[in-house]
Amino acid sequence: MNAPPRTDYGHEDLLALLTLMTGDEKHEPSATSTLETIWVLYDRILRVDPARVDDPGRDRFLLSKGHGPMAYYAVLAAKGFLTTDQLRGFGGFDSPLGYHPDRTLVPGVEIGSGSLGHGLGLAVGTALGLRATGHDDAAVVVLVGDAELEEGSNLEAIQYAGRARLDRLTTVVIDNSSASLGWPGGIAARFALEGWSTVEVDGRDLDKLEQAFTSAPGDRPHAVIAHVEPKER
Amino acid sequence: MTSTMDNETITSGENQRDRFYRILPQLLAEDDRLAAVLAEIGASYVDSAAARAVSDRLINVGIREQLLIGVAGGLALTGLRPIAHTFAPFLIERPFEQVKLDLGHQGVGAVLVSAGGSYDWPEGGETHFGYRDVALLDTLQDWTVHVPGHPDEAEALLRTSVRGDGRVYVRLGGDANSRPLAGRDGRMQVLRRGTRGTVIAVGPMADRTVAATEGLDVTVLYAATIRPFDGETLRATLDAPEVVLVEPYLRGTSIAEVTRSLAGIRHRVSGLGIGPAEARRYGTRAEHDVLHGIDEAGLRRQITDFLDAAG
Repeated sequence: MNAPPRTDYGHEDLLALLTLMTGDEKHEPSATSTLETIWVLYDRILRVDPARVDDPGRDRFLLSKGHGPMAYYAVLAAKGFLTTDQLRGFGGFDSPLGYHPDRTLVPGVEIGSGSLGHGLGLAVGTALGLRATGHDDAAVVVLVGDAELEEGSNLEAIQYAGRARLDRLTTVVIDNSSASLGWPGGIAARFALEGWSTVEVDGRDLDKLEQAFTSAPGDRPHAVIAHVEPKER
Repeated sequence: MTSTMDNETITSGENQRDRFYRILPQLLAEDDRLAAVLAEIGASYVDSAAARAVSDRLINVGIREQLLIGVAGGLALTGLRPIAHTFAPFLIERPFEQVKLDLGHQGVGAVLVSAGGSYDWPEGGETHFGYRDVALLDTLQDWTVHVPGHPDEAEALLRTSVRGDGRVYVRLGGDANSRPLAGRDGRMQVLRRGTRGTVIAVGPMADRTVAATEGLDVTVLYAATIRPFDGETLRATLDAPEVVLVEPYLRGTSIAEVTRSLAGIRHRVSGLGIGPAEARRYGTRAEHDVLHGIDEAGLRRQITDFLDAAG
């Protein structure tokens, strides 16, 4: 019989939880680029709970950028969705935790991802579905990377979401300057042109991240561009 | 992407595609679990007053086919039953990875409804031909595939499909048999009994297959549902182990299913349908049928040759 998962972890415990997966005491910035953002979402923003993973009115977090999900798993463990034992099995044959997440293996994981450019379209459909089923107050937050944004499928979703005024949809772009061709004029401008509200924020600053998520005007989709250290090349 | 398919090339009266557009708002009105996603194709054909009544659940994303399937997946994740529709190449081929990941990998269902068959708009050429669809879906898991041969069958199969939870492909084509032939249970129907072999006609191929096998002493089966493949009826009615498939899409698509169904029985199988080479021809559907040998004369010739080769 397993003990119930601990839920009293804080932000300061996340690196130790990460270490259970990587075995490394020292973490490359790219392994933790999403860590503060996902922590703030689960700690301060999203109405989600391991006991209510099937609640149709729950908020949704969709990790579109399925690569390097250790930070995501660490937060899920800190919030009681996973046990520390499960973290230790990371990537193993019998583990539910792969190098890309699978929603059918982990309760609380909203989408399986790994192939880039799928989360935003799924998020748009989720927002439309919540609107159609009367769960208008449920938020949908999708996390993409600045390089992932290169996939054209994202553009289809960004355009449509703006025109459809999906006001409960938030995209957070983790910008570690890893897009090979870059984004002349900036990433935020691309969302703004399509009718999104946008905010740029230090992706390591917990309070500023919280403010970025809660400052949405609420009458259109919202884009948070979270800047972190450039990926080493 | 696409241009509007010429409805004038389609037989007079209501075809399968017309029927789909007519009943789509009704289906949504009858069941608030349903949501439909269009990518421009068909949007102007759906009655606008009926559509307004269900506008929350009748979504046109514009000419964005990756989003078409992504949105369907997202809707399904909220518990709705999505219907996604466009022409076959833009529904299955262009967003194939979305079909694989946004539906299958997420473990959710949807009803994908294509139009245009294999070459309902031959003047439109290769870019609008959709004959690879069923073969592509065969590389994925757990897809039910309906190939109705009549507008009434199309409606019945659509109504059955939206009630379920699984992943379903409904392949609508402009060709039709003179009357509906499908049973209610998804099983193959016996159109004729004979002793020299079995010919399986799929969807709109039934009338011409019956005509082409007149006097040939073969069993003719009819399938409007081709996945799951009804091997039980094939085995139960099998006399001589000589099987010919007549499919309105890529030739040979169901050969592996026949082989699986007859495992342990020494048999021969021939798959007739659309050839894989790009024809680079326009013209009419009838001309393409002749080119691929699936007109009545071509079928009779190929079926006779196959049976005669059995010795």
